[in-house]
Amino acid sequence: MNQVMLGLTGVAAVLVVIPLLLIFQYLLSAGAGAINLDFFTQLPAPVGETGGGMANALLGTLFLVLLAGALGIPLAVGAGVFLAEGGRSPLATAVRFTADVMNGIPSIVVGIFVWAWVVVSMGRFSMLAGGIALAVMLLPMVTRTTEEMVRLVPKELKEGGIALGLTRWRTTLGIVLPAAKSGILTGVLVALARIAGETAPLLFTAFGNPFWEWRLNEPISALPLLIYQYAISPYDEWHRLAWAAALVLIGLVLTVSLVSRFLIRNPYRQS
Amino acid sequence: MANPSTGRRPTTPPDPRTPTAASPLSPPPGRAGGAGSAESVGVSLGVGSAGGAGSGEGSPSPRPLAIQAEDFSFWYGKTQALQGISLDVPAQRVTALIGPSGCGKSTFLRSINRMNDLIPGTRHTGRILLDGESVHSTERDVVELRKRVGMVFQKSNPFPKSIYENVAYGARVNGLVSTRAEMDALVENSLRRAALWDEVKDRLPRSALGLSGGQQQRLCIARALAVSPDVILMDEPASALDPLATQKIEELIHELKDDYTILIVTHNMQQAARVSDFTAFFFMGELVEVGRTEEIFTNPRKEQTEAYITGRFG
Repeated sequence: MNQVMLGLTGVAAVLVVIPLLLIFQYLLSAGAGAINLDFFTQLPAPVGETGGGMANALLGTLFLVLLAGALGIPLAVGAGVFLAEGGRSPLATAVRFTADVMNGIPSIVVGIFVWAWVVVSMGRFSMLAGGIALAVMLLPMVTRTTEEMVRLVPKELKEGGIALGLTRWRTTLGIVLPAAKSGILTGVLVALARIAGETAPLLFTAFGNPFWEWRLNEPISALPLLIYQYAISPYDEWHRLAWAAALVLIGLVLTVSLVSRFLIRNPYRQS
Repeated sequence: MANPSTGRRPTTPPDPRTPTAASPLSPPPGRAGGAGSAESVGVSLGVGSAGGAGSGEGSPSPRPLAIQAEDFSFWYGKTQALQGISLDVPAQRVTALIGPSGCGKSTFLRSINRMNDLIPGTRHTGRILLDGESVHSTERDVVELRKRVGMVFQKSNPFPKSIYENVAYGARVNGLVSTRAEMDALVENSLRRAALWDEVKDRLPRSALGLSGGQQQRLCIARALAVSPDVILMDEPASALDPLATQKIEELIHELKDDYTILIVTHNMQQAARVSDFTAFFFMGELVEVGRTEEIFTNPRKEQTEAYITGRFG
């Protein structure tokens, strides 16, 4: 019976990773050919011309993710610390529940929400709106991982700080958070990787932009947007570029995941 | 505190345990007075219901008292953990708190530096005096209190920082030193006092988590010493250590007691007998008996005490 269970679960484990392997195999065969230096340095070429690249979309994704991080991470880490320290207070319970619900909100709904509140009131699509939309996606993820990581810090460590005559906020900031930092950082990286691949929240917010344009109040391009746009176009050249962009995007996400995996291997250790 | 910046105190005072030595240690300023000479006269420790201090044999207390509990009771929610504890703790001596698990000795220890404040739903009656002032009084700054009353925990809990930073952190945050050189001196001094300097002096920037369990525990002691406490509370400091590391901690306690008032909770009878001058036996939240350690262990007055120390229960 043990053998049967082991066999079944083993088969399940193999089946789970098969989609990733297939995706990779397909992306490599369909997209690798279109990746060259131009891809990373040039603007998209007009229809009919060959060549061109996605430099603006690459940078756009970087900017959007950084903006979302700048807006969302401080808030989310602060809220996570509050949840971990605030324990079972009614406010903490409410925030925790809300964060879980937020985590389940379809990303397209986030996009529409930010469109209604930011884009409509500003009167234009913009990098800012895209960044806010991605930040909203990031908030519940980072809040909950921060809470979990802070909770994992042994209470003896906190007591050690308190017993030394440190105030509670000093102990949290100087001892508990550093002890939890590799876990929090991992959570942040995973969340950033997640939002870097989001398309739906950007459709009605960042909108996309075929030119070099880096202003907060202007629309901006992003890799997932370009993939979407190119994939539904009727042109073979654009399809190839969409595959290439998908390969680059998944490469980025994979790199971030590997980095975070490396970080979590060394919890607490320094120098 | 004579020299708060370094925590350095005379390192080789005459042995105060020699009966003929006529009060070699003058009581430090600020400690509860009434004391002076008469080192050789037996110490009276008040055990009893209410009114604690001095209610024992009525003889004047020959040593300055660092801590006096007066009819102190404590509750976790509805559960009463301590029942009218009255206990005098002499300064610059080691007092061991013994008793079976759940008897309240750790609760009492953690009431002295108000660590129990962190637990919601607790309350107390009665008083614990440090230098004659209640630790719970509204004028008492709890942060100041914890600086004066250091604590060493059962499980060593070094911060996830470098060895140097573990010792320096409390002093820096509390603003005890201003220059780098002073801090270096404080760190070295504290590590020396904790008998750890020689083992770590070449690896101060390395993580404290790479140290062995016994080294970590001595680092925690050094960390406590660095903020210049007068009292050190130790909650089973050696219970997770091997015999050799335990021995080192015990030797360290022996050296520190000339300068610090030490309270140690221990489950190890031999350890209590080896390191302490006075022993208090707790049972079911009550203080059953307290006295000189050799008396408690050779000639206990209460039957419960004798039963416990001879291993018949607990």
